[in-house]
Amino acid sequence: MKLKSYALFQKDFHSELRTRYAINSLAMFIIVAISVILFSIGNENISPSLTGGLFWVVIFFSAMSGLSRAFVSEEERGTSLTLQLIASPSTVFTGKLLFNMILVFLMNIVITILYSMLFAEFIIQNYLMFFLTFVLGNIGIAISSTLIAAIIAKAGSKGTLYPVLSFPILLPLILTSVQLTSFSIDGIPISEAFFELAIVLCYDIIMISASYMLFDFIWKD
Amino acid sequence: MTDFSLQVNSLQKSFGRRLVFNGITFDLNKPGVFGISGPNGSGKSTLIKILAGINSPTRGQVIHTVDRKAIISENLHNHIGFVSPYLVLYDEFTAWENLNYFASIRSILFDKAKVENLLDQFLLLNRKDDLVKAYSSGMKQRLKFIFALMHSPSFIFLDEPTSNLDDEGKQTVYNLIKSESGKAIVVVASNEKNDLSQCSEILELEKYKVS
Repeated sequence: MKLKSYALFQKDFHSELRTRYAINSLAMFIIVAISVILFSIGNENISPSLTGGLFWVVIFFSAMSGLSRAFVSEEERGTSLTLQLIASPSTVFTGKLLFNMILVFLMNIVITILYSMLFAEFIIQNYLMFFLTFVLGNIGIAISSTLIAAIIAKAGSKGTLYPVLSFPILLPLILTSVQLTSFSIDGIPISEAFFELAIVLCYDIIMISASYMLFDFIWKD
Repeated sequence: MTDFSLQVNSLQKSFGRRLVFNGITFDLNKPGVFGISGPNGSGKSTLIKILAGINSPTRGQVIHTVDRKAIISENLHNHIGFVSPYLVLYDEFTAWENLNYFASIRSILFDKAKVENLLDQFLLLNRKDDLVKAYSSGMKQRLKFIFALMHSPSFIFLDEPTSNLDDEGKQTVYNLIKSESGKAIVVVASNEKNDLSQCSEILELEKYKVS
């Protein structure tokens, strides 16, 4: 028999293919955000730290535009109760996290490809560091976004609350990821970025532990 | 035969300063039909959601047992069947897809023969491959009964079970309550006289308003 959370992920994936709740808003946001950045830069040369910063700005706001759908769509359609009747809180969280994780990775792969094609300054010198930052950063964004989506799903002003609540929680992750991205563009060796990588790894571990501890309380009532 | 019970001890629920009910205590330890009645706003739906483990009480406790062992909250959903007008199934899926996903997420075997039999009983077999969004409110209500019964639960909670149903649908529900009452604890919350006439005991919620 299949894993319960994997079955929930499959249900969400199938539902997303039919309703396009998240994919459309994510795709539109990525195109608009990258276009605006390209128009504002024009022919200027930008530094590696600014390139890394803008890269993560697009990732952060794209995540804000699409990842809340995991819980908000259930709440808006009134299917949260159905979900409570068929799955335990930990199954629901794992299933939704898996869905958001896949979405974040797909979204950020597209952003990275577009950045490599459109920004001359976005040339990675240290691929391993960029890969580690990309993987750990995406995992952190997916975990935090899923938990915050569950918190704001029951609130009245979901759209406003999501980025407001996400910003302080994601700030340590985004700042460190920006730093690591500029390191990888500058070609700094991993041994010199060990501290920053440890911060991102610890962030992911803390957020996943806190999420499983808190989700029961968030999900019920 | 499996031995199961529902124990409710000194249940209280309030929303902020508003006390909905207080001091509800009862014990159901054999299959049968138990009713909850009360005027609008008396807390019937709140009580039935607490009994089903969906919401938490402010004070008191609800204990579901199977074979004299308390069911842990992590597994409770596999023993519960729940029907209410505010329960919403996934509109973007067909009835069959909905039920198939529910079985997979519950990690139980999808018993096609049983599901087809229930679909037939509720006159939905010919429409099982239609999207739920194309269903009428009465058809959606019938589908909720299949959702509640497909995993053979020991505790069935029915909140206003006959809302949106025509006479034929109501009769199917009453037949079902009768057949399930021999093997499960069925709790019905309603104001309809016909719904409550199916119950052997009725709890009047108005009596539990005072602290």
